[in-house]
Amino acid sequence: MKYYATIINEKGDIAVDDTILIKDSVCTAGSYILDGFKSLFSAEAVTRLEDKGYKISGKTHVGEFGLDLVGEFSYYGEKEEKLSGAAAGLVSEGKVSAALGVDLNGATRRAAALSGVDFLKPTYGTVSRYGVISTAASGEQIGVYAKDAKKTAEILSVIAGHDDKDGTSLPDETYEYAVDKDIAGKKVCIVKELFDLADEETKKKVTSFADALKNKGVIVEAISTDIFETANIAWQILMCAETCNNISRYDGVKFGHRTENFRNIDELYLNSRTEGFNFLTKAVIFYGSDVLSKERYKDCYDKSLRVRRVVADKFKALMKEYCAVLLPACGKSEYKSYDITEAFGKVFEEGKFTSLANLIGVPALSTCGVQLIGDHFGESQLLSLAAAAEKEVLA
Amino acid sequence: MNYEIVIGLETHVELGTESKIFCSCGGHSAAKEPNDCVCPACCGMPGMLPVMNKRVVELAVTAGLMLNCDISRYSTFDKKNYYYPDLPCSYQITQLAHPICKNGLVTLKTSEGTRDIRINRIHMEEDAGKLVHRGRYSYVDFNRTSVPLIEIVTMPDFRSAEEVIAYLTKLKTMFRSGGISECEEGAMRCDVNISVRPMGSEEYGVRTEVKNMSSFESIEKAINYEVQRHIDAIEYETEELVQETRRYDDATGKTFAMRDKETADDYRYFPDPNLMPIIIDDEWLEKIKAEKPVALDDKVIEYQEAGISQKEIDVIISDKKLGKLLDETIALGCAAKEAAAWILTDYMGVLRKSGKGTDSESLSAEKLASIIKMVEKSEINRGAGKKVLIAVVEEGADPKDYVEKHGLNKKFDADALKAAVDKAISENQKAVAEYKGGKEKALQAIFGACMKELRGAVNPADIRAMLLEKLK
Repeated sequence: MKYYATIINEKGDIAVDDTILIKDSVCTAGSYILDGFKSLFSAEAVTRLEDKGYKISGKTHVGEFGLDLVGEFSYYGEKEEKLSGAAAGLVSEGKVSAALGVDLNGATRRAAALSGVDFLKPTYGTVSRYGVISTAASGEQIGVYAKDAKKTAEILSVIAGHDDKDGTSLPDETYEYAVDKDIAGKKVCIVKELFDLADEETKKKVTSFADALKNKGVIVEAISTDIFETANIAWQILMCAETCNNISRYDGVKFGHRTENFRNIDELYLNSRTEGFNFLTKAVIFYGSDVLSKERYKDCYDKSLRVRRVVADKFKALMKEYCAVLLPACGKSEYKSYDITEAFGKVFEEGKFTSLANLIGVPALSTCGVQLIGDHFGESQLLSLAAAAEKEVLA
Repeated sequence: MNYEIVIGLETHVELGTESKIFCSCGGHSAAKEPNDCVCPACCGMPGMLPVMNKRVVELAVTAGLMLNCDISRYSTFDKKNYYYPDLPCSYQITQLAHPICKNGLVTLKTSEGTRDIRINRIHMEEDAGKLVHRGRYSYVDFNRTSVPLIEIVTMPDFRSAEEVIAYLTKLKTMFRSGGISECEEGAMRCDVNISVRPMGSEEYGVRTEVKNMSSFESIEKAINYEVQRHIDAIEYETEELVQETRRYDDATGKTFAMRDKETADDYRYFPDPNLMPIIIDDEWLEKIKAEKPVALDDKVIEYQEAGISQKEIDVIISDKKLGKLLDETIALGCAAKEAAAWILTDYMGVLRKSGKGTDSESLSAEKLASIIKMVEKSEINRGAGKKVLIAVVEEGADPKDYVEKHGLNKKFDADALKAAVDKAISENQKAVAEYKGGKEKALQAIFGACMKELRGAVNPADIRAMLLEKLK
């Protein structure tokens, strides 16, 4: 199996997605618009790993700006037989022990589920976003791919902690993540609406994971709620708007791709961007511009901000009773390729499972082909649930 | 028909911070070459996040306090989207929904009395870079990118160009003395919103905005040009007025409409998720208030506007007694500059000589004002005034009585002057003959004789004038 990656160090053990900057390396976020762009500095997460003696092996390709479903539509990649993120693939094959990825709308969690590895998106603000090729600033977060819960906890403990260079970074200097927290007697819920959306194979994975938890004394209950669906709509709006704004800096003037076909500044902008972005990115730009326009702002963007607060309140209430929500990471266990013109709709469809965690900044762990979403700072709880269940499920 | 001019101002002021608003690059004044003061953040490179410069908040709040604004305890940043090569991120970080200061008031002194100008808001934002056009090419300089600005938006309260200039002069004085901004050339830029309406009308006329002017002279000329254009359009139907953005051209002294496209933009504002709301608690606000430079005091600004030198102001504000004496003397109708000179030069001189301190209260504002007024009305000359002052301080004399008693007033002077001049002419016939024969220098001898006779009680200019009259 071939995964697209740029090797930096043959002896390296950690892969880094191309949406995260490494000093003096070409960093494109999978987009032709950043063709040849070399970063002048490394992301804080990368620096922290290197400071602790971890060696970065290279950059793994991502879908353009990480916007697609599992990371297949990169300008630099070709369609592979096994379609999932390169980083998840490399971890799954044991080429690296862990990888860093940016979770923007759950693509990293889906890729991990499809490759049978873990991906943990921590609480928003725990890992510095300094050095992330930013798209949707209010919900994107660096997370960790690894083979099991223990390794995930180890790497996350290294990269998490306050950073002055990121204004949204939380004040805690360090975080220690554990995989051995008490889980017996704790309650986990399964959301009926989302369970029903999944295919048979995925349902089976959720059920067997739930059974494994029950064997360890966890109480699993089914509940009914519409907050995941609502959260998805709000997040798609915010994500497109913020992404449209953040990538508007790629204009052909300063770095990256510049068209050869222009007579004035308007044509330079238009043609550079037309040539530089793929179909999905353009769809996001159109949608994002639209929801921010004077006519639509109040009903779309502003409303989504209010929905974010309502969803957060409702989720908090849910977390008073349960320590985590158990749900599919993606609706289908076998991923099939599709045309990029369908990508926008697909991302929206699958977002029902993943968007909530981005919208309100709670941690989400993709493990054993399923997903656990917990309360803010509930990472250790999620990892402990995963550690308890993984042996039985994977056996 | 008579028209009333209605003007509102948006003034951008570059803040005098050591670093830029969201990164640690030095201010652009430190730059020698284009793109000297830039980093990945202010070049719009990916991966960098804005980090708020606390000093910018403090200076903006200080400016707000000086303009009597309400300080927002909660304020946020928004992104304003537009494409331009001097804007590296293709968005500007500014404040739309929750600005740092609101509802201020500035009182102006104009030739028609005092005028109150309401301040709508003050918000913080980042500056854009600069384009340099050479031949077929344009070059981008990001030194100025992300330099902190405050934008002060007034209500449409100005009624003349004179008021606008008085306001801008006041801002400049305040901000300079308060360490807010050096207000150098180009560091203070104005957008002027202008309309006219028939005198007495309540409705506003069609408004045009003349953008981005920095010299006061241009601003004044642009206003006058634009006002006349509006009146002509209404009165003579020379053109149809439309709400638009215009540019003032220094070379021609005219304003021109900017391209439609630039005004029809939808900036797609939205809150910046990378910057947390700024919360100003009591402690921080008190700290900013306490650190507000002494020179920011309204009193100081008042003194400055009255033309008193900074050196003199420093002495006055360092001694409460002197300040009180000055204020009371001014309140009694004396010119501030003149009163300050009397206090700091003459009064202080007398005190020094007699070894007294300012707390001796040997000079009341009433007595000082009385002396100043007598001199002002030429009832006595400056030298005589000083004599009176000494007598007041040392003997507690009453100025008017003293003048009367010692014959220092003008009435006495006029007679004495006439007598002295006549006497000098009769006693210096030789010099008179020489002068009449064309030897101008000869006059000096006669003049000297007069001076000697009068012992300095009369203004030398008056003596000379009378002498010349007599010798005609």
